[in-house]
Amino acid sequence: MSEAPVQADLLTRLRAGDEQAFKDLVQRHHRTMLAVARRYVGSRAVAEEVVQEAWLGVLKGLDRFEGRSSLTTWILRILVNIAKTRGAREARTVPYAALAGPEDEVAVAPERFRGPSDQFTGGWWAFPDDWSRLPEQALLQRETLKVVTDAIEGLPPLQRSVIAMRDIQGCGPEDVCTVLEISDGNQRVLLHRARSRVRAALEDHLAGE
Amino acid sequence: MTMGAPTEPLTCQQLVELVTDYFEDALSPAERDRFDAHLAVCPGCEYYLEQMRITMRLVHESDGLEEQPEVAALLEAFRDYKRL
Repeated sequence: MSEAPVQADLLTRLRAGDEQAFKDLVQRHHRTMLAVARRYVGSRAVAEEVVQEAWLGVLKGLDRFEGRSSLTTWILRILVNIAKTRGAREARTVPYAALAGPEDEVAVAPERFRGPSDQFTGGWWAFPDDWSRLPEQALLQRETLKVVTDAIEGLPPLQRSVIAMRDIQGCGPEDVCTVLEISDGNQRVLLHRARSRVRAALEDHLAGE
Repeated sequence: MTMGAPTEPLTCQQLVELVTDYFEDALSPAERDRFDAHLAVCPGCEYYLEQMRITMRLVHESDGLEEQPEVAALLEAFRDYKRL
């Protein structure tokens, strides 16, 4: 998607009025745009409105888009501008921990590891399961994917935005930092925590498979 | 989080906090060596790493599950855009 020739072709098609190209574009970005919008606004319903408004903004600017950034980054920056304005109108002041999760969040619950009085301090009590021996269909079945989407839905908004941009949309770290206006280190911490939470949810679901 | 002296081996509990940095190629060469050294002798952490890889893949795959958004109104706007 971020490859120049693919993007140039897409732009040509959009500017030529190719409706399927536009429909694909909207659908391909929908989930990530919702996630990013929800970093700034309170409700999913308002986020949906912000996303619709953003697309109108994209259409307005489409002929002027020079392709200096990726199309996705450009779309998301339009979205963020609208979301910020909308969020400000809601007078939404949210403590950072509510957006990002607890300051001291860890990837795996401490009780999974041997304590200081044990000979092997910090080692697993019980090894994590070997998921490579699970059949592919167990992983890809609807029930399992629903666990993933539910886990993502339950993430704090900034964690959700980062994992959506990185792991759903395939954006690079620089684009995440640009769009969400966070540092690279911050971006990585948020990604780490988001992935860890989703993994934990999957682990609960897949235990005993 | 402190990871101990550079020459001390990583514990599993420390390693799990470094996996994202590992995948992002954000570990220093020394940290990466410690990470790899631990993996070489710890099947548990190898399984954990694989769980993370699978998690990342399923996050990407989960997009197919979502309801498609309403595009009718946007398609109208798109047609208008071309008429301008």
